[in-house]
Amino acid sequence: MSARAEVLGRIGRALADVTTVDPVADVPVGWQYGRPTPMPDVLTQFAERTADYKATVRRVPAADVPATIAELLTGAGVSSVVVPSGLEAAWRAAVEGAGVVVHGDEPPLSHEELNRIDGVVTAAAVGVAETGTIVLDHGPDQGRRALTLVPDTHLVVVTASQVVSDVPEAVVRLGVAGGSNPLTWISGPSATSDIELSRVEGVHGPRTLLVVLAE
Amino acid sequence: MVVPPDGLRVALFATCVNDVMFPDTPRAVVSVLERLGCTVEFPMEQTCCGQMFTNTGYFDAAVGSVRAYVKAFAEYDYIVAPSGSCTGAVRHQHPMLARHAGDTALIAAADEIVTKSYDFSEFLVDVLGVTDVGSYFPHRVTYHPTCHSVRVAKVGDRPYRLLSQVKGIDLIPLEDSAQCCGFGGTFSVKNPDVSVAMGADKARHVADTGAEYLITGDNACLMHIGGLLHRQKSGVKPIHLAEVLAHTEGGAR
Amino acid sequence: MTVTDPAARRLTPAPPSGTLIGMPAFPANARAQLDNPQLRSNLRKATGTIRAKRTAHVAEVAEWEDLRLAAEAIKNRTLRHLDTYLMQLEESLQRAGATVHWARDAEEANRIVVGLVRAKGADEVVKVKSMATQEIELNEALEEAGIAAWETDLAELIVQLGHDRPSHILVPAIHRNRSEVKEIFEREMHQYGTPAPDTLTDEPADLAGAARRHLREKFLRAKVAVSGANFAIAETGTLVVVESEGNGRMCLTLPETLISVVGIEKTLPTFADLEVFLRLLPRSSTGERMNPYTSMWTGVTPGDGPQDVHVVLVDNGRTKVLADPEGRPALRCIRCSACLNICPVYERVGGHAYGSVYPGPIGAVLTPQLRGIGSDIDKSLPYASTLCGACFEVCPVRIPIPDMLVHLRHKVADKKRRGRPRLEPTVMAAGSWAFSDHTHLEKVEGLARIAATVMGRTTHLGPLPWPAAPWTNARDLPMPPRESFRAWWKKNRSEEEQ
Repeated sequence: MSARAEVLGRIGRALADVTTVDPVADVPVGWQYGRPTPMPDVLTQFAERTADYKATVRRVPAADVPATIAELLTGAGVSSVVVPSGLEAAWRAAVEGAGVVVHGDEPPLSHEELNRIDGVVTAAAVGVAETGTIVLDHGPDQGRRALTLVPDTHLVVVTASQVVSDVPEAVVRLGVAGGSNPLTWISGPSATSDIELSRVEGVHGPRTLLVVLAE
Repeated sequence: MVVPPDGLRVALFATCVNDVMFPDTPRAVVSVLERLGCTVEFPMEQTCCGQMFTNTGYFDAAVGSVRAYVKAFAEYDYIVAPSGSCTGAVRHQHPMLARHAGDTALIAAADEIVTKSYDFSEFLVDVLGVTDVGSYFPHRVTYHPTCHSVRVAKVGDRPYRLLSQVKGIDLIPLEDSAQCCGFGGTFSVKNPDVSVAMGADKARHVADTGAEYLITGDNACLMHIGGLLHRQKSGVKPIHLAEVLAHTEGGAR
Repeated sequence: MTVTDPAARRLTPAPPSGTLIGMPAFPANARAQLDNPQLRSNLRKATGTIRAKRTAHVAEVAEWEDLRLAAEAIKNRTLRHLDTYLMQLEESLQRAGATVHWARDAEEANRIVVGLVRAKGADEVVKVKSMATQEIELNEALEEAGIAAWETDLAELIVQLGHDRPSHILVPAIHRNRSEVKEIFEREMHQYGTPAPDTLTDEPADLAGAARRHLREKFLRAKVAVSGANFAIAETGTLVVVESEGNGRMCLTLPETLISVVGIEKTLPTFADLEVFLRLLPRSSTGERMNPYTSMWTGVTPGDGPQDVHVVLVDNGRTKVLADPEGRPALRCIRCSACLNICPVYERVGGHAYGSVYPGPIGAVLTPQLRGIGSDIDKSLPYASTLCGACFEVCPVRIPIPDMLVHLRHKVADKKRRGRPRLEPTVMAAGSWAFSDHTHLEKVEGLARIAATVMGRTTHLGPLPWPAAPWTNARDLPMPPRESFRAWWKKNRSEEEQ
């Protein structure tokens, strides 16, 4: 007998006490999905909570995004970045204008090449105010996952319309977007509390997270 | 003090530990309840909540206690015990034990009696509707909320509300009060080293308050913490909540 | 602890000798741990810190109790229809390009993973922290097959380099302080790759930096990664890994092949269910509103990440747990470790005393069910608790751990009663006789009164020989008064009533 058949058989025997076939009818879940969490101002909460994790956060009008990108990258001492193919042209131009070397990812860079690049500039899919989280769905303006992982500085632009109150609304948006894209939920820079529960920012992921909130 | 209407007939469940080791506690319950106009009865058929057996895994051995409890108390509307742990066991474990015994009549009786069994502090606050019971206790004290009174019987802040109305009392907050003292019934002898390590921390926090008295609503926990305090010659005296409340300005302690 | 024997030519640091299941019963292990003041101080500090963080961030969520109820119901729904959801999960995974394997037990799961790594021609794997792979002892199976398994979570790295065992679900090196970590890194890192820098200090930031440098080359070159999963979504085939450091992202993204070893109980019905668990898990485990990184992937994504994706669905005792309706709730566990952090027993003795990869309260209910109650350690685990109930209060999926401990004690006691004659069942039978009828109890009380009379004015008993020694070694025992309450009532009150 295959392991699959045997495990499923064991489960069937273990659940002899379950007589209702329909799982939903058998165990009701008294929870309303997808509700917003009430808060005075979603964007302010997002900015504050993201900053709580030691990310650098700038709230700017949409028109000022390119200049802010240039300023933040220069301030962080970044001399080379990789950009995804679908990044807004004006943002890419701003990076180049700041004297930062820009690498594309076509053809895909090797791990070693990525490891020699200082930073990455991307858009985002969703922002979550309550938890200060940015979700990437790795669409063309965010690129494949390695781009936002290997370089040590990640600059991400979140637009106001992408920001929701809390996790339930975010899950709804990402679920509706659906598909099989990978998702990366980012809350501040890489961190660990493994030594004496004392939080340290910066282990394997980007140690510097720069967030531009475009309004 | 507001005296509620007379005439509530109350059955006292002394509990086995109090009956044998700490009779002053049930006597104090009688004294407070009578002061508040209740008629207190002590059904002789009562024995024990059976928790010692249940929590050691001997369910069959505990069923006798469930039967004795039902036999002693079934006819009463109010059953009051000076123990959050024993009341908790009656409410939380007796229905399970009755089912374990597979006795339909016992299941029905145990399910019903759950709704009539009260911890002393609950009975005062919820049934009699009083927090000021006319007590006087001019001492520096601290209170340890025992785990089963808080998490099984769920007496909440009732003991604090009662203590806050005691005249002359100086109630000092206890650090880490929500953490278990390490008694745990047979845990205290099956895992004596861990039990004592936990109790030592609790005793230290108690001693740090500078209190003359350590109050709890469960004498078994008090016996454990008190045993450590006594060995350490700390001078802090263990006392049950009921005995504090029984004390009035007339009777000196 | 054993020291690496060069003659053995191991690829990775050797773990301690001996097996977990062969450990002595809990009380003996606990006594040994209590004698270690450094351990107690490390644990007190660490659990105190994390408890305070959890309390603060849970208090922010107005509907916390409703979330717990929702999580309990979703998990119950899944477990009560686990076969349906597993088949759905399998189909979704296959549709998304993943290969699904089934394993009856640890040995079979290990054999599958070893086979997959060999098929890639790889001699090493990078690992995301995973309780399932610890449970099946995958690292040792890989080592025996000539494949080096590198732990990449900082705490797991500390444990692996320290020739040690994890002592906590979330923070496996919680028993180590910074100076111990520094010493381990200096002594071991250079033997297995990039050495610790000469300038290493015991600052956590510095130690984390050393781990970053040590592991980076391994991440960049690894062809195969092994992970677990926090959740597996039946509806979509999405797997979820919740982490902090980015080591998880490295393993899930950079290698060509990804093998995820997933306990069958990790299944959730729908993607939407994640809204409940992603709010509960970080606050319950690290005490944060959200952990730094959560990765979700659905099979193979062309051009992004591993193109060869495998999922090994593991039973290894879980169906035995499932078969006991009263033990079943243990399978709701999402491995947050809130019960460890709140447990006063765990805080005093640490994780090693439990003789299981699942320590603390959840370990005490899960391990004896997964492994059975044959060994001394497994028989003693249900008793490794005062039943104080703090664990249930913090459990995000409302596992009634105290009730389940009592249920398992019943199983152990039944086994003892049926075995050779022992003291405990005899004492319990005598006690049962005394408390089943008040006339019996009155006879026993008579004995207590005689003892009290004999002892005269003595109010407390000091140290006594066995069988009183476990109590009186550190605690005085009050003497029973000469008159029980029952006797007092008879004398003073009985007549009034009549």
